[in-house]
Amino acid sequence: MKTYLAQRLGIAALTLFGMSLVIFVLLRLAPGDIVDILFSTGGYVNPSERVAIEKELGLDRPLWVQYVDWIRHLCVGDLGKSYRYDLPAWEIIRPLIPVTVELAVLSLIIAVLLGVPTGVISAVRQDTALDYALRVVSLAGLSMPSFWLAMVIILVLVAWIGWIPPVTYVSPWENFPLHAIQFLLPALAVGYRSSALMMRITRSALLEVMREDYIRTARAKGQAEKTVIWSHALKNAILPVVTVIGIEFAFLIGGLVVTETVFNLPGVARFLVQAISWRDYPIVQNLVMFIAVVVILSNLTVDMLYGVLDPRVRYGS
Amino acid sequence: MAAEPATVEVRLPGAAGAQVSREGIVPTLARFCRKKPLGAAGAAIMLAIVLMAVFADVIQTHDPIATEAADTLARPSATHWMGTDHLGRDIYSRIIHGARVSLMVGVGSTIVASVFGGIIGLLSGYVGGKTDLIVQRVMDILQGLPLLVLALVMSAALGPSIPNVILAISIPIMPRAARVIRASVLSIREFQYVEAARALGVTHLRIAFRHILPNTVGPFIVLATAQLGSAILVEATLSFLGLGVPEPYPSWGRMLSVSAAEYAQKAPHLVLFPGIAISLAVFGSNLLGDALRDTLDPRLRGA
Repeated sequence: MKTYLAQRLGIAALTLFGMSLVIFVLLRLAPGDIVDILFSTGGYVNPSERVAIEKELGLDRPLWVQYVDWIRHLCVGDLGKSYRYDLPAWEIIRPLIPVTVELAVLSLIIAVLLGVPTGVISAVRQDTALDYALRVVSLAGLSMPSFWLAMVIILVLVAWIGWIPPVTYVSPWENFPLHAIQFLLPALAVGYRSSALMMRITRSALLEVMREDYIRTARAKGQAEKTVIWSHALKNAILPVVTVIGIEFAFLIGGLVVTETVFNLPGVARFLVQAISWRDYPIVQNLVMFIAVVVILSNLTVDMLYGVLDPRVRYGS
Repeated sequence: MAAEPATVEVRLPGAAGAQVSREGIVPTLARFCRKKPLGAAGAAIMLAIVLMAVFADVIQTHDPIATEAADTLARPSATHWMGTDHLGRDIYSRIIHGARVSLMVGVGSTIVASVFGGIIGLLSGYVGGKTDLIVQRVMDILQGLPLLVLALVMSAALGPSIPNVILAISIPIMPRAARVIRASVLSIREFQYVEAARALGVTHLRIAFRHILPNTVGPFIVLATAQLGSAILVEATLSFLGLGVPEPYPSWGRMLSVSAAEYAQKAPHLVLFPGIAISLAVFGSNLLGDALRDTLDPRLRGA
C-alpha cells in the first residue's frame, strides 16, 4: 500500500512537471503577449514604453530563465504576480476556487440523486419500454451542451415567471436564498449531464452484479427482491459510480467554463478563459497547474477509496 | 470486403468482420436496425446531418453570411423558417451550413486523433519495454487536464482557423485512442498466429501493421464513434467562447455566443435552434456509438 502510494505520487510529480512544460510552451506559442494586448487596446505604441513594461514583467529574459524562475517560485508556494491586475496571482485565484468547487459539488450531488436511482430502475427493467425511455432521456442529457441547457432554463424562467438571474455573483453571507438559486440552476443543468454518466454506469454495473452467485443465494434465502437489489446488489454496483464521481469532479473543475460565463459566476474556468485572452501568463500557468493537481488528486483518492470500499482490491507494486 | 479470402477472416477474434462479408451488407443492416433500434435512429440522424452538410448549397433558402439590416431578429416565418439573427442573417441557412463546419471539425479531429493515437498505441504496445513506459507517461501528461481545458489552451496558442481547431481538439483525444488500441494490441500480441508470423521471419513493422492492426478495427471504430460526439461538443464550446471556428463560417457554437445571449429574451429562436442542432448531432453520434460498441465489442457492453 505504501509503495503503491509512493509510486503513484512519483508518477504524479512527473506528470505535473511535464504539464508545466506543455503549458509554458503553449502559452509562448500563442501569438502576442500582454504588452501587445495592452497596446492594441490603447491604440498607441511607444517602443521605449514597451521595452520598459517587458523588462518590468521579466518578459525580456530568455525563455528557459522565465521557466526556471516560474518553477522555482512555484515550489516555494509563490505564484507570482498577475500581469493584468498587478496583484499577487494567489489573491486572484483563491476566491475563484470555492465558487467552482461549490458548483461542481452541487452538480455532482444532483447527478448522483438523479442518476443512481434511474440506473437501478433501468437495470431492473432491462429491455422494457421504461428502460429504453430512461436511456434515451439520459443520453439526451449527455448530448446537450450544459451551457445551452442553462440558457434555456433562464429563458423559460424569464418567460414564465419574469425572473432574471442576478448579473453579479451573490455571496452566501449576503443573501443566501438568492445565492442558492444562483448556484442551483446551473447545477441542475450540469448535474443532468453528469447524471447521464452515473445512470449508465449504475445500470451496467448492476446488470453485471445481478448475475453473481451471492445474489442468487440472497434470493434463495427468501429475501425480498427490493432488499436484494437496493442493499445486496447496489452495494457492489456502486463502486464504478465512485470512479465516475471522481472523474466528473476533475472534469467539472475545468469544464464549467461556459456555464460559469452564462450565469456570471466568478469561477476558475471562466477566469481561465479571460486570462488566456489577456496572455496573463502567471494566472493561466498556475490555474492550469491547479486543475492538473485536482485531476491527479481526485484520481488518486478514487483509487485509494476503492481499497476501502472493496476489500478484494489489493494494491500491488 | 467480399474479396478478402474467407480463411483469413475466420481467424479474427472479434468475429464481426466475418459476418459482414458472409451475409452481405443489406441483411446485416436490416438485422442491425431490428436488434438496435436506438442505434439505427442514431445512424439516421447522422445520415440526415451528413446529407444536410453535403447539399447545404441546394437546400439553403438564403445566403448564410448575407446580412440584411432591415430584417434583424425576425421571428420564424415563411421567408425565414427559423428567423434571423441580430445582423439579419437567415438562421435556417446558417444551421444547414453549420452542419458542414461541425462535421468537418468533429469528423476531422476524430480521424486525426484515432489515426495518430492508434499508431502510437500500436507501436507502444507492440514494442513494449522502456519505449512503452515513456510513451505512456507522455500520454499521462496529455490526459492530466480535462479535454476542454487542453483544447482551450491549444486553440488559443494556435489561433483561430478550421485546421487549428481540428488540431486543438484532436491532441487531447489522442491519448484515449492510444490507450484503447495499446490495450488490445497487448493481448493480440500474445496470439499464436503472431508467434507463427515471427517464426516465419516476418519483419516487426509488417507484423504490427499487417497482422495486428486489422484485429484492432473493432475497438477502433467503437472509440472513433464515441469520440465524435465529444469532439462536436468541444467544437461548439470553443466556438461559443470565440476560440473556435472563425468568421465568416457559420458555426453552431458561435451562433449561441454572446450576441445570441444578448438578444435571447427578444428573440429566443437565436438560442433555441443552434442548440437543438448541436444536441441532435451529438445525440445521433452517441446513439450510434453505443450500438456499435454493443455489436463490435461485447466486453464493453453497457459500460
